[in-house]
Amino acid sequence: MKLPIFLDNHSTTPMDPRVLETMLPYFVEKFGNAASRNHAFGWAAEEAVENARKQIAKLIKADPKEIVFTSGATESDNLAIKGVLEMYGEKGNHIITSSTEHRAVLDTVKVLEGKGKATVTCLPVDKFGMVSPEDVRNAITEKTILISVMLANNEIGTINPVKEIGKIAKEKGILFHCDATQGVGKIPVDVQEMGIDLMSFTAHKLYGPKGVGALYVRKKNPRVRIVAQMDGGGHERGMRSGTLPVPLIVGFGKACELCEQEMAQDTARLLAMRERLETSIMKALEESYLNGHPTNRLPGNLNISFAYVEGESLLMGMKDIALSSGSACTSATLEPSYVLRALGVGTELAHSSIRFGLGRFNTDDEIDYTIKKVIEIVTKLREMSPLYEMAKEGVDLKSVQWAAH
Amino acid sequence: MAYSDKVVDHFNNPRNMGSFKKDEEGVGTGMVGAPECGDVMKLQIKVQNDTIVDAKFKTFGCGSAIASSSLATEWLKGKTIEEAQKIKNTDIVQELNLPPVKIHCSVLAEDAIKAALADYQKKADGTATDAK
Repeated sequence: MKLPIFLDNHSTTPMDPRVLETMLPYFVEKFGNAASRNHAFGWAAEEAVENARKQIAKLIKADPKEIVFTSGATESDNLAIKGVLEMYGEKGNHIITSSTEHRAVLDTVKVLEGKGKATVTCLPVDKFGMVSPEDVRNAITEKTILISVMLANNEIGTINPVKEIGKIAKEKGILFHCDATQGVGKIPVDVQEMGIDLMSFTAHKLYGPKGVGALYVRKKNPRVRIVAQMDGGGHERGMRSGTLPVPLIVGFGKACELCEQEMAQDTARLLAMRERLETSIMKALEESYLNGHPTNRLPGNLNISFAYVEGESLLMGMKDIALSSGSACTSATLEPSYVLRALGVGTELAHSSIRFGLGRFNTDDEIDYTIKKVIEIVTKLREMSPLYEMAKEGVDLKSVQWAAH
Repeated sequence: MAYSDKVVDHFNNPRNMGSFKKDEEGVGTGMVGAPECGDVMKLQIKVQNDTIVDAKFKTFGCGSAIASSSLATEWLKGKTIEEAQKIKNTDIVQELNLPPVKIHCSVLAEDAIKAALADYQKKADGTATDAK
């Protein structure tokens, strides 16, 4: 076993070596511009891009023509939301979204709202982090033009009832955008069955390269139109200008193909490893709490709060394991995770959370090592924690008058 | 973020971690911070003849908070009450090489020292009054 161990597969995934192999010829030998229509270099590049488009479309049950390449999921989210608002602004300007969305969605709608271009309803989630389809229905007004709800959450892994939301959107004739960055390649996605009109996803979360993503844009029933957010050569059917990064796209395609072929076996492995990680830790450590949905969750996700110890110190005590925490100290904003807060997790438990993100290349040995380390460090830091000491003495921590700072 | 070697050392080998009985003679206890803010420090001193003969801490917080309080106990030992009053958070920042986002950890440690000293003083005054 090699250290450090990578257990942060929600942030990014290592690229599959098979993906790299497919990409290599497209840097030096087959370097053509896919938009060059008049020579063999361009044709080779175009063929490679179209092949990748097919591989990607197949994974999400779409038509290849419905795939628009972008630089990643953040751009896809921006393009979808701003592009729809600009195209359908005459019909209305109301957008419905949820409080646990990724910042790429939340910040985008916030900016639009701030500029007076949109009114936004941000739906709450239940204690497992799930959006209620009924809440979506009730939030719809005459002015609603877009519903944007994520497929699976990046912190807690909870999977939303997307199919039900898609059905409501269809029934009301409102476009449905889904940020599926964490879900595509991990769980089955079918844009038809789920009633999705626009969907964002990216290559580097599914063992592909960084720097390329896609926006699925439905072509019929209904035909969705968006206004491009960048002016230029009119690539990607006028929706996203810019020379296509052929090697990245080739890698994205291969990565999708592998996910499609290996999803069943990947899922089975991940579930077994996660199950062991979860039960071993929870059994050994009292007052550890699972965040997110107990079952309806991404196979590689495990998010646990360890009462009385702070997340950043946990990470520091496990330097040879790459993990992430909802603690304020690990965020740029110095606020604990807004996702956990939206679930109703107390601030102190949000500070104490650790996200384990398992992926294709993790091994049983790595999980064993992690279990051992987590138990060790939580025990050690609890010994060091005045809160744990007080709790053991029977002090109700909520009754204490803290000198906040 | 990379931690300084000194922070890592205090985190891995905390000095004087533990507790005194609060009602023990000569013991002053300071508890500062709040769980919602992500850090709580408990710092205790044991005083004999106006000199701090022992100090202990327990901290809930990030590595820098743990290191700041561990360092504080090291510095407190052997100091007189008056000398202890002079420990400044900036001294801790300098010694541990704390980055700007972690300065509040040193502030908290200074607050904890002040609170422990005040608690000791209060108890000492109380005992003195009782003696009359």
